[in-house]
Amino acid sequence: MTVSETIAEPGAGVVTDTGPGGLRPAAEVLRPHAEDAFAHELAALAAADDRPRPARWRLSPRAVATYLLGGTLPDGTVITPKYVGPRRIVEVAVTTLATDRALLLLGVPGTAKTWLSEHLAAAVSGDSTLLVQGTAGTGEEAVRYGWNYARLLAEGPGRAALVPSPVLRAMERGATARVEELTRMPADVQDALITILSEKTLPVPELAEEVQAVPGFNLIATANDRDRGVNELSSALRRRFNTVVLPLPATAEDEVAIVARRVDQLGRSLELPAVPDGVAEIRRVVTVFRELRDGVTADGRTRLKSPSGTLSTAEAISVVTGGLALAAHFGDGVLRPSDTAAGILGAVVRDPAHDRVVWQEYLETVVRGRDGWQDFYRACREVGP
Amino acid sequence: MTAPPARAPLLLGVRHHGPGSARAVRAALAAARPAAVLVEGPAEADALAGLAADPDMRPPVALLAHAADDPGRAAFWPFAAFSPEWTALRWALDVGVPVRFADLPAAHTLAADPTWGDGDEDADDAAPAPDPLAELARAAGHEDPERWWEDAVELREGGGADPLAPFEALAEAMTVLRERHGSAVRPRDLVREAHMRLRLRAARKEFGDRIVVVCGAWHVPALALRTTVAADRALLKGLPKVRTELTWVPWTHRRLARRSGYGAGITAPGWYGHLFAAPDRPVERWMTRAAGLLREADHPVSTAHVIEAVRLAEGLAALRGRPRPGLDETTDAVRAVLCGGSDVSLGLVRDRLVIGDDLGEVPAGAPAVPLQRDLTRLQKSLRLKPEADGRDLDLDLRGGTDAARSRLLHRLRLLGVDWGEPAPGRSGTGTFREGWRLSWQPELHVRVAEAGVWGTTVESAATARAAFLARTADTLREVTDLAERCLLAGLGDALPAVLGALADRAALDTDAARLADALPALARALRYGDVRGTDTAALAGVALGVAERICVGLPAACAGLAPAAAEAMRDRLDAVHTAIALLPDPKPDPGTEPDPKPGSGSDPGPGPGPGPAPDPPSEADAVPGPGLLSDRWAGTLRRLAGGERVAGVVRGRAARTLFDGGLAGTRETGRTMGLALSPAVPPAEAAAWIDGFAGGAGGGLPLVHDERLFALLDAWLGAVPDEVFPAVLPLLRRTFGGYDPGVRRALGELAARGPGAAVPAAAAPGFAAEPDAARADAVLPLLRLVLGPEVPA
Repeated sequence: MTVSETIAEPGAGVVTDTGPGGLRPAAEVLRPHAEDAFAHELAALAAADDRPRPARWRLSPRAVATYLLGGTLPDGTVITPKYVGPRRIVEVAVTTLATDRALLLLGVPGTAKTWLSEHLAAAVSGDSTLLVQGTAGTGEEAVRYGWNYARLLAEGPGRAALVPSPVLRAMERGATARVEELTRMPADVQDALITILSEKTLPVPELAEEVQAVPGFNLIATANDRDRGVNELSSALRRRFNTVVLPLPATAEDEVAIVARRVDQLGRSLELPAVPDGVAEIRRVVTVFRELRDGVTADGRTRLKSPSGTLSTAEAISVVTGGLALAAHFGDGVLRPSDTAAGILGAVVRDPAHDRVVWQEYLETVVRGRDGWQDFYRACREVGP
Repeated sequence: MTAPPARAPLLLGVRHHGPGSARAVRAALAAARPAAVLVEGPAEADALAGLAADPDMRPPVALLAHAADDPGRAAFWPFAAFSPEWTALRWALDVGVPVRFADLPAAHTLAADPTWGDGDEDADDAAPAPDPLAELARAAGHEDPERWWEDAVELREGGGADPLAPFEALAEAMTVLRERHGSAVRPRDLVREAHMRLRLRAARKEFGDRIVVVCGAWHVPALALRTTVAADRALLKGLPKVRTELTWVPWTHRRLARRSGYGAGITAPGWYGHLFAAPDRPVERWMTRAAGLLREADHPVSTAHVIEAVRLAEGLAALRGRPRPGLDETTDAVRAVLCGGSDVSLGLVRDRLVIGDDLGEVPAGAPAVPLQRDLTRLQKSLRLKPEADGRDLDLDLRGGTDAARSRLLHRLRLLGVDWGEPAPGRSGTGTFREGWRLSWQPELHVRVAEAGVWGTTVESAATARAAFLARTADTLREVTDLAERCLLAGLGDALPAVLGALADRAALDTDAARLADALPALARALRYGDVRGTDTAALAGVALGVAERICVGLPAACAGLAPAAAEAMRDRLDAVHTAIALLPDPKPDPGTEPDPKPGSGSDPGPGPGPGPAPDPPSEADAVPGPGLLSDRWAGTLRRLAGGERVAGVVRGRAARTLFDGGLAGTRETGRTMGLALSPAVPPAEAAAWIDGFAGGAGGGLPLVHDERLFALLDAWLGAVPDEVFPAVLPLLRRTFGGYDPGVRRALGELAARGPGAAVPAAAAPGFAAEPDAARADAVLPLLRLVLGPEVPA
């Protein structure tokens, strides 16, 4: 489903800024940028695309949607689907960019936010590297501009001494800038975006001038909507974005498949021995996560409280991988409920007071009575309080 | 514009409740100016058609037909303002052209099959078994038939010059479809179409050829068919028939949207109504309404948002290749721009705008609703006359008539018809007695008419309303009360819905205190159910689930409470303890969750014994296996009694409950008490513990009668160091001061005997080991004097 692509490619979520020089990666890199990896698809789409394109767009909006959702071109080129999920999400995202609005992708970790934003930027502007990584330490210069102090001292203030941020470069070139983890930035840095997004200009008071964005400039931000302790967007900034919430995998089967595949890959890279029949346990972990996340049992008959944690697919993967390591190194090599119970407990109980009650209620009202789950119930009672 | 005579009569195929169809019908009628209009609907409704023009008539409304002697057998033909049939009806009435209903009379519909009941009769007009729209949509390369229809018909406004052209195209398409699916046409449709043809012939005889028929698109080819009168008559021959009555009833958008009942149900009546009503710029107007709604709910939505939402909707329509933004595009835009991506606030827009709250009105002149008839019938059979002056009624629920009366009054109360008010009965307060004060006010007739939207009989209407109330209730408390009322009213059919809502609310309620408040009512309801012979198994399941959640959540809810809150919690503890004692313990399979396959499979079922675990003995010891509810409650009590942060009064009460139940021995209780009353414990806390342990409703009587208890308290009190004693004294006074004087004196005497006599099981001072019969007999003469002479046997 939605996260499959992130997961299919190890390290998809980790994109490093290529630095001010915008250095193109050498031929052999661990992970090429989207516009390089899928260059042939983009070229084929551009060749076949006869619809009107917005200013400085490499493709028409419809072709961008095709690039993301996959399809076959008239000349027979097969476009692989980049985002597997509701078509609506991609259409809203592309239309947002085409109508000159900034796009905010929200979702829990592991819902392919970064992946989608990278491919959108690659398809629209042919460049996904104009990236600001938001952290608690991100300063204003990452969004606006910094100074080359040697030059500043030697030559005095001037354009030559100015170090443009990725956003500034995108404004000048009419390209798509990306901001990762917008809500992790301090609020004052976030607010630096307001003028850029509403006035499409960036004043440089030190030089008594301003940079005006050229048509084609836009911004895609991603943010995690379930994390605690982040810097909520001010309503002034929020208003500048169209928001798209990326959903978690729609069905349990999809999620089991994603987890199994990713666990398999991780297990191989960690050189864990292959597990004979781990799918049953994986299914159980996914079921527990989905039920608690959705607040309703899989049969849809009993409502449940949801814990404060996100319980994303990514966490299910780490629980199963941890269980595998336990089974391989300390157990008999077979993934058993006792190997995953502690991991599940750790993922579910984030807030000791509230989540503990949620977990115990789940154990007592759902797990206890479920056929074939007695081992798991016992294992959970053992590790639990 | 002239309609060529060759085309007469004009057949206008529509989709029920399609605003585009309605607009097209209006245009076609204006162009054709027919001499008469035939509309799909039960033939008997001709007499009621005139009411549609009444100024007090406001759609959505429905034609309701019901069997005269059985109001439970009923069928509905709903009309919204944007229904093509309604448009045709209103056009004809406004212009003064005769209008007739052409469909099979309800007399046959109702007689044939009672399960056609709630509006299924229209199910197949636009969407019969092989969905013709889906076929057409697929032919046009669209996946979603609704969307295709919207693009092709509903979203097109007055495009062509000829207002009749779209109907011709549609008729052709339907003809092809029906040829292909000829065998799939349901027999009932053939009968209905035969009747429509007969009505059409009759109308032509009366009004000439300039006639317009408005019917489901699916029927158009059949009406154009040339058949003989005899063949059509033959189809209709021998149909069963019942005496029916028809009337108009108010309808709601919500019921129009219902997927189940009304077959041609539409998902977005509010949206369609808007499309039909908006004079221009439907998307802009829609976004403005959505923004207004969100602003009312305190969402910060500005005009700039509305502008951006409209732009996004139009951009999406362009990207998706649709002629104009449809519901999908506007919804996506509302979500992304106005709701900040949130499905929660989008839900508000969906509920209030896309579906909408519109409630129709029916003029007072419309015939009485069947609910009123049903009520009159019940009043007669139960000999309860509606009288204005209040009178008291005492019901013995063991009697058949009285039980039925009680159920009727409870059901009416659920419907908002407060004919009877519960009053304290004159003869005792047993569970099988019920007192009422009856008073029939004239406005109750109006209430009954209003309640008519819920159903055609008192029972079905009360059931529907109970289910509705359960869905919309805010708090757990409301739903438990509702469950109780359903049991009182004998509404077994409403229980699943109410219990479902109850289980949901209970599962989501994070406050164990509220759950604890709800449990006693549930236990009570179980007992009522027993008295009245209702099946309460499902209720017991829910009650057990609630009890289970209380067991889990109560210790946390008892931590860090203020004194007043702790007192309240102590009372809850008592109530829950009483209620849990009343609950049936689950059978071998703990049915706390509605497991679809109880105890199936090779698994021996969760019993406390050895499970399928590899090493049962050690695990079973370390982990208390799934057990009985009473065991789990005892475990909870232990956790409460030993809880560090649990309020003193609650800890004391938990310890006392354990002690009374024989779940904690003297030694254990003594240890708990010693810990609770240690010098390190703040005096206030210690006194609260004693209050919880020895105070409360039962007073100190158990202390008097239970030597063990008193010995514990006495031993502790004796061990309190002198310098601490003054600090403890006022707190003890507070507890013991509340006792009856007699209890106080007895306690004082016990204390005066001293700790040495605290093991006096054999003899209290002043008493011999054996009773002295001679001395006891000595009192008899005096007793005889006081009580009067003995009655000779």
